[in-house]
Order: sequence, then C-alpha cells, then structure tokens
Amino acid sequence: MTATAATAAQAGLMSCEACQMLSRPAEPGHPAYCRRCGEELEFRHHGSIQKTWALIIAAAICYVPANLLPVMNTSRLGTSEADTILQGVEFLYASGSWPLALVVLIASVMIPIGKLIALGYLLVTVQRGSVTSNHERTRLYRLVEIIGRWSMLDVFVVTFTVAMVQLQPLMSVAPGPGVLFFAAVVVLTMLAAEIFDPRLIWDSAYPHQNGHG
Amino acid sequence: MACPDCDLLQRIPPIPPGDKACCTRCGGVIARKPRGSRDLPLALAITAAIVFVIANTSPLMDLSAVGRSASTTVVGGALEMFREGQQLTGILVAFCAVIAPGGYIAFMLTLLLGARRTPVPLWVGAMLRWVHHFETWSMLEVMMLGILVALIKIAQLATVHAGIGMYAVGALIVLFPAIVVTFDIRELWQRLEWDDVETPAGTIAGNLAADRAI
Repeated sequence: MTATAATAAQAGLMSCEACQMLSRPAEPGHPAYCRRCGEELEFRHHGSIQKTWALIIAAAICYVPANLLPVMNTSRLGTSEADTILQGVEFLYASGSWPLALVVLIASVMIPIGKLIALGYLLVTVQRGSVTSNHERTRLYRLVEIIGRWSMLDVFVVTFTVAMVQLQPLMSVAPGPGVLFFAAVVVLTMLAAEIFDPRLIWDSAYPHQNGHG
Repeated sequence: MACPDCDLLQRIPPIPPGDKACCTRCGGVIARKPRGSRDLPLALAITAAIVFVIANTSPLMDLSAVGRSASTTVVGGALEMFREGQQLTGILVAFCAVIAPGGYIAFMLTLLLGARRTPVPLWVGAMLRWVHHFETWSMLEVMMLGILVALIKIAQLATVHAGIGMYAVGALIVLFPAIVVTFDIRELWQRLEWDDVETPAGTIAGNLAADRAI
C-alpha cells in the first residue's frame, strides 16, 4: 500500500461517505453531490462539533430522569410497585442471576455514561487541537460506535416484559415514564456518534501540509 | 481513496480473496475482498427474507400461569408499548426490531438482483446508500438479549417457553453478518455506471476550499 502525507481534504478532494469515491468540488461553498451515488459531499461534517455537543448535552439531561423515573410498573393482585433501571438490576441480582444483572448494569448504566464521557473527551481534544494519541482516540471513537446500540437493551427488556405479562387481573406490567427518557438517551448518543467526524481527530495533527496532492 | 476515519489519501493494492486492507495511518479497515461466489450474498439474503417472515409471524414465547396463557410476537411487543401510552418508545422498538432489519433485507435483495444486470443500473447505488442506515439501526442482537433477560425475569413468576419466532430471530442474527461479510461492496461500486464528466484537476479553487474546511 502506498501512502502520501496528504489527506483528501488537503488535496482539495472530497471523499463520498457512502461509496468512498473521491470528487473535486466544482464550486467551493456550494453543496456538492457524489456523481456516482448522489450522496451529499462534505470535506468534514457541517457543524460537526456544535451538533455533537448539542446532542450529548441533550442526552446527559435525559440521562437523569432515565435513571430516576420508574421504567416498569408491576401490579399484582391489587398491589403495585414501580421499578427504576437500578432496581431492575437489583432484582436480577437478588434472584440469583448475577451475570445477567451485570450485563444489564453495563448496558444500561455504564455504556450511556461512558459514551457521553468518551464523546465529550473527543470533542474537547479536537477543539483544543490536540495532536497526541490519535490512534487511541480513533479507537475510542470506533468503540463508541460499536457498543452504542447495546444500551437499547433495557428498552427491549421492558417492551417484552410488558408484552408478555398481561394476565389481568392477576398480574400485569405497564411501562413507566423512564423508558422514554432512556430510549431518548440511546437515540441521542447514537446520533451524536454518527455526526461526530473522526477525521477531525487527525486534522490538527498535520495542519500545514495543504495543497499537495 | 481516502480513509473514511482519518481522510488519508492512499492507493489500495489488489487484495487477495478473504483478505482486507487497513489504513496506514489510523489502522482502520478500509477495504475487504470477500471469498466465495458473487451469488452467495443473494442466497443468504433470500434465506434471511424467509426467516424474517417466520420471525415476525410466529410467537416469540408462550407464558402460562395459573391456567392462563399468553404469547407475543415482535410486532406485538411494540404494539403493546404503543397501547400502554408509550407511543414513541413503541415506534422506536418497531423501527429497530422490524422496520430497519426488514428494510435491510428488502433493499439488499433488490439491489443484489439489480447488480446481476450489466451495466449495473444507477438506482442500485441509491439503494446501497440507504442500506447502511438500515444496518446502523437494526438491533436484532440487542433485542435477542433483551428478550432473554425479560424471559429470565418472568420465569420467576410464570412458566415460559421459547417459541419458533425466537429461533428465527437467532438465525437472523447469524445471517445478517454473513451477508455483510460475503458481499463485495467495493466491487459493486466500481461496476456502477455513472456519467463520467471530467473536472479540471488541481484548481486553486479546490485547494482554497480545502483550506477552509480544515
């Protein structure tokens, strides 16, 4: 494999994010579209840093009610109890399935907060023009992209518990308001990871090599 | 081509079947050459379409307690959420568990059939672009684990049995990555017809735009 020191942007080329074809913009400043597949072309995502910040701040706000409000209301013969996510983990642990309790704890509590911290860290380092540990930061970004979907776990758990346990009047389970906030956290952080442009991590590393293809 | 993760320009050498090319700077996989026939992903996509229908029509699990019984499907789960006042969550579940994987299979099937024609029609490219979005939001494997956790929770209160739908979802979880791995996306893009209009290379305007973007 041959490598040149320049990036596509430094060579004045835009790489299509759908089909990877390189194009040269006809008119700078105007929206350009890939001639092969029709995808909109950008050197870097427009307003990537601002939009990612907005999404993770929104997600961080939703994270609070997601953990404090109940996600499930179980009613059994007249009595009813509400469970938050952590109480659900506790229930799994108490009933002897600690590996599952751990899986749910990691997927629902650790992964969302980890994603918020990781994306925040990436944004701060990009904004400060950090040039160190680019490999580690790129790997961190890929990790965020891959494991992000797993925090949907609890939404599915609640959905199928609710769908299954409808034995009125003996026992029934209804979803709580926490589920919506929880789902919002997952969707917002997934969108944030998609809008963040990992190429920004590398841009500050070689800022003065423009114009040489 | 430019690395999608760090934008480094590099030339990709011919890749032997079953191998992949990594970016020289950031180490990300930028191209792979699948082993096997061009028809393999099509065969897998047809299988996935059949299994998908089974997965969505047969019950996932049956529950029985004190002489009463109930069963649910994937769509049933989303519908129940909708009915219980969690409309948005219900829609999201339906999207991630039914619409996105269904769309993925449908688009994949259509574009693989279209790709057999020469020249490859342009709409295949447009579909290929969409497939990626469906792939991101299709969360069957997460749903499977979610169902298992729900099953274990409920098992404390009632008797539950896994249904045919459950096995079908399990099969889909294996089929999806199999399609991705056997599908030579780069080769298809290269065969795609597009109107080749040459633009002058190395213009000052292009370089100025590049400066601004960085």
